[in-house]
Amino acid sequence: MIFCQTRDGALSEVGLELLTKGRRLAAETGGELEALIIGGRTAHLAEEAFRYGAAKVFCAEDERLKDYLTLPYVRIAKHVVEAEQPDIFLAGATSVGRDMAPRLAAELGCGLTADCTALELGDCSYRGNEYKGVLKCIRPSFVANQLTTIISPSTRPQMATIREGVMAKEPLGKPVQGKCIMVDTTALLKKEDFAVSIIEKTARERGVDLKSAKVIVAGGYGMGSAENFEVLFRLAEMLGGEVGATRAAIDAGYVGGYERMIGQTGITVRPKLYIACGISGQVQHTVGMDKSACIISINCDADAPIHRIADYAIVGDAVKTVEHMIALIKNNRR
Amino acid sequence: MKGLKIAVLVKQVTDTRETVEATVGADGTIDRNALPAICNPDDLNALEQALRIKDRIDGSQVILISMGPQRAEEVLRDGIYRGADEGILLSDRRFAGADTMATSYALAMAARRISPDLILAGRQSIDGDTAHVGPQTALWLGWPQVTYAEQVTPCEDGSIEIRRVSDDETEVVRTTLPAVVTVGGSGAAECRPSNVRRILEYKKQPVTVWTADDLGGDTSRYGLGGSPTQVVESRTIVAGHKDTEWVASDENSLSEFVARLVESHIVE
Ligand SMILES: Cc1cc2nc3c(=O)[nH]c(=O)nc-3n(C[C@H](O)[C@H](O)[C@H](O)COP(=O)(O)OP(=O)(O)OC[C@H]3O[C@@H](n4cnc5c(N)ncnc54)[C@H](O)[C@@H]3O)c2cc1C
Repeated sequence: MIFCQTRDGALSEVGLELLTKGRRLAAETGGELEALIIGGRTAHLAEEAFRYGAAKVFCAEDERLKDYLTLPYVRIAKHVVEAEQPDIFLAGATSVGRDMAPRLAAELGCGLTADCTALELGDCSYRGNEYKGVLKCIRPSFVANQLTTIISPSTRPQMATIREGVMAKEPLGKPVQGKCIMVDTTALLKKEDFAVSIIEKTARERGVDLKSAKVIVAGGYGMGSAENFEVLFRLAEMLGGEVGATRAAIDAGYVGGYERMIGQTGITVRPKLYIACGISGQVQHTVGMDKSACIISINCDADAPIHRIADYAIVGDAVKTVEHMIALIKNNRR
Repeated sequence: MKGLKIAVLVKQVTDTRETVEATVGADGTIDRNALPAICNPDDLNALEQALRIKDRIDGSQVILISMGPQRAEEVLRDGIYRGADEGILLSDRRFAGADTMATSYALAMAARRISPDLILAGRQSIDGDTAHVGPQTALWLGWPQVTYAEQVTPCEDGSIEIRRVSDDETEVVRTTLPAVVTVGGSGAAECRPSNVRRILEYKKQPVTVWTADDLGGDTSRYGLGGSPTQVVESRTIVAGHKDTEWVASDENSLSEFVARLVESHIVE
């Protein structure tokens, strides 16, 4: 079962990504794909879920649920999960999913893995026990260049939140003839579910839009200084792109704003072109960019892991190379 | 306004941000003992919000709760030096191997003993990054939760107002008490430093230690046994799947390379 978050009255991207992944997992196990949509008006969104292969779509609609609120959303999800008993429950690792899933997991007594970047079905042996066909939830660990696999073998559903943008979304050629099931929110919700109320809401200015940038020029700690970062802005501007950064570069103050951070705790991007400058290529960073269509790495260390996931690797000084490239592109355009 | 009793959940973590080469072995693993142990950064943001409430409302009390080995006493003491009134350490071999579910259960049982009006916690820890513990503690207590908070302000009517950030919005929400609020992020105020007078005053004060017996509750929910998730594998990844083309950085090679990029419309 996929929890499909809504955004501006439509299903969110990550919901569609998870439906696509869920459809594949269901095909592997001979199971069925289900979706859960909660909001002010949701019934009309079921069609979209059918296009992604959901056979059953549970819709809860209620004016009071227009904006996300933890308690009523968790109560509805619990009700539907207990009735349907899915083997797997997935939600996006968004500010909504990361608020709702842990509470739901504790409510159901189920194991939850946060911020996964990959999911696999398979057999697992652990401490002398054999587990067949469990969901392996894979996420970067807090140790550089390590991925951790986590399972919740004895509780159902197996729950995970998945990073936005790491799974590809693919609608079916022909929508499935699914069933839309309305959840009776009036009967279900209690007064105490509305203990938290929203007083005010302001859209946050998204100064930098990395997610939809076609070209990203990203800088790491190897850029050495804020002044050196300027060349990245020049190159990005020239290519109609944006500047991204690693955590190390932001922590060092070379570039402001965590909204530029790409990776596990930052955002996931898949631009047409990603130019990585002075970036070592630790997994916490690469999970956020390794699906870029074309990667160029510039790093003076030939052994830096970033070179190994690059389409084109340049061993050299980042600032000098980028300055050089800027001049060369100018020449080529003339 | 009536003073609030506030519990702040804190965790001792190894400062993974300080991973320097000396601490990384040839196989990519980190020598955790070589890293400094600190109080999880978001937890300090939570503590600051608690201390601000204490500054504002007479009779408020700030109690730190941490689960961990004896050594985690350090973060409690650190919090007391910064202004907290008291620290409670949940330490027991039976808590070992706890995932977020079992951890939050123990924290909730401890909170139940103190019966605070408000629990503040860090949004997430830098060594686990799950952001599970706050919401799960709230569930065990049956209290409302507010996550991703930057600022927490008590209101005259006994509720609290919270400024929080979601992916797209900044919100102001209000909740009844008791409640659990998780704090963190770049918009949350930094915690005040420790106070020298307090250091001298509280250096010798013992930290309270509670075991599973002190907490009561359903003991099967503690530690490994109460943890539905299992870490089955941690593997160091060696990237190398791509057919990388190496481009030399001399004038001619770069020039030829850029020309190709433009020609193939990779660069437009
Ligand atoms: C829980 C957790 C979550 C994390 N989340 C993220 C995340 O979301 N995003 C993220 O980016 N990181 C994240 N990190 C940090 C991550 O593990 C790395 O520490 C970080 O990505 C490294 O950034 P870097 O490549 O810029 O720096 P470094 O690893 O220090 O690499 C600098 C590179 O620059 C090269 N260099 C030096 N000088 C030059 C020069 N003159 N010219 C060219 N190259 C040069 C060096 O050879 C080196 O390879 C996280 C870590 C943890 C523990």
